[in-house]
Amino acid sequence: MSNDINQTITRIAEIIINELKLEDVTAETFDADLDLVNEVGIDSMDMATVALFLRDEYEIQIDEDDYPKLTTVRIIAQYIDNKRNSNE
Amino acid sequence: MITVSSLLDDHWYERYKKISKLNIRSSIYDVTDRCNLRCKGCFFFSSGEHEVASEEKDVDKWHSFVEKEMDRGVNLAILIGGEPTLCLDRVEAFYKRLPTFCATNGLIKVPRDRFPDMMVGISLWGDAEDETILRGKDTFKISSANYQGDPHAYYLYTITPKQLGKTEKIVRKIQDVGLKVQMQLLSNDEDVDGFSWQPDELVAIRAEMDDMLDKYPETVISCKYYHEIITTGKMLDRPFGWMECPSVTEPIDNREPRPRRLTNFIRWSSDLHTMHRCCTSETRDCSTCKDGAAHMSWVMVNKRAHIKTTKDLQNWIEVYEMFAKLYQFIPW
Repeated sequence: MSNDINQTITRIAEIIINELKLEDVTAETFDADLDLVNEVGIDSMDMATVALFLRDEYEIQIDEDDYPKLTTVRIIAQYIDNKRNSNE
Repeated sequence: MITVSSLLDDHWYERYKKISKLNIRSSIYDVTDRCNLRCKGCFFFSSGEHEVASEEKDVDKWHSFVEKEMDRGVNLAILIGGEPTLCLDRVEAFYKRLPTFCATNGLIKVPRDRFPDMMVGISLWGDAEDETILRGKDTFKISSANYQGDPHAYYLYTITPKQLGKTEKIVRKIQDVGLKVQMQLLSNDEDVDGFSWQPDELVAIRAEMDDMLDKYPETVISCKYYHEIITTGKMLDRPFGWMECPSVTEPIDNREPRPRRLTNFIRWSSDLHTMHRCCTSETRDCSTCKDGAAHMSWVMVNKRAHIKTTKDLQNWIEVYEMFAKLYQFIPW
């Protein structure tokens, strides 16, 4: 379970870094608790882009109303984990 | 990785946090095809948009339309026209449900008992001489009497090249009636002689706009980065134009690559079915468009491009704050 979450965290960080073209950071060094809006500067359009990738990769639907809650990579990973568990 | 807090001191970081989660989702609505003025250079009439569709007259349909717009995620209704105050029952359909901004020429007063806190933007195209040339009458006399001291109203001062050297007189007039002002530039859609911007005039008006902001900070709602963008047509060395504009109606936006843009933005015609191409005239040359809201939005949707240096990010914050003040998301 913990390994799964850590893998998800790394993969989400990788998607965010690639899609947002973030510099000087890797999926391994990305702080999973960094506030994506207040620190990384992600906006709703960025979030929509990331959500599309996550939808395809994890076969889950991310409701647009949930975007404001998804403030860190760790929270997104837990959200995905919960969605997948509830789908099983 | 550059983070927001690494670029800002505590004061600026607090300002950033106040706006960073606002998530404004605006759309623009033509309330009617009619107006009680016919201004030379008004894109709505010059590009024939008043003839595109026949306005919906059943007010119940306006109410259900607004409900559907809310379901689409719209949280700011920007009402334009024609002249919206000719159809206050339609305006009310928005105001009852959503943060609403109403653009008007100010000749008809929005009744404050019915719309106590609706933000009203009053158009003004210069001094009495320019107003008479372009609009057929000096509207300030009437609009200022209607809205004097109104805390939910401000002037949308469209500056023309003929206003060079005269803007202070206008800003002082506005200050004297207890209102605020946002400055924008005329795009001269009807090629009225002498009203198209020349490069040296744009340089001069930028300095004048900066000066007005410095001298009248309590009256002028603006920032110098906005002045730079609107007069140079450039942001971070990128020229404004069709491939950069954020204010294109989303369902008909087939640009590739798709630029950063306003999420879910649509400009609706008053038949409630027809969509206009963008927030302004479809016939306008985008490379010379001076639409103020489009330029502000252009900055706002490009936040991360400004997370490079402290100055860039402060510029972004000031433009966002300006927009948020003009539409009442934060106080003046």
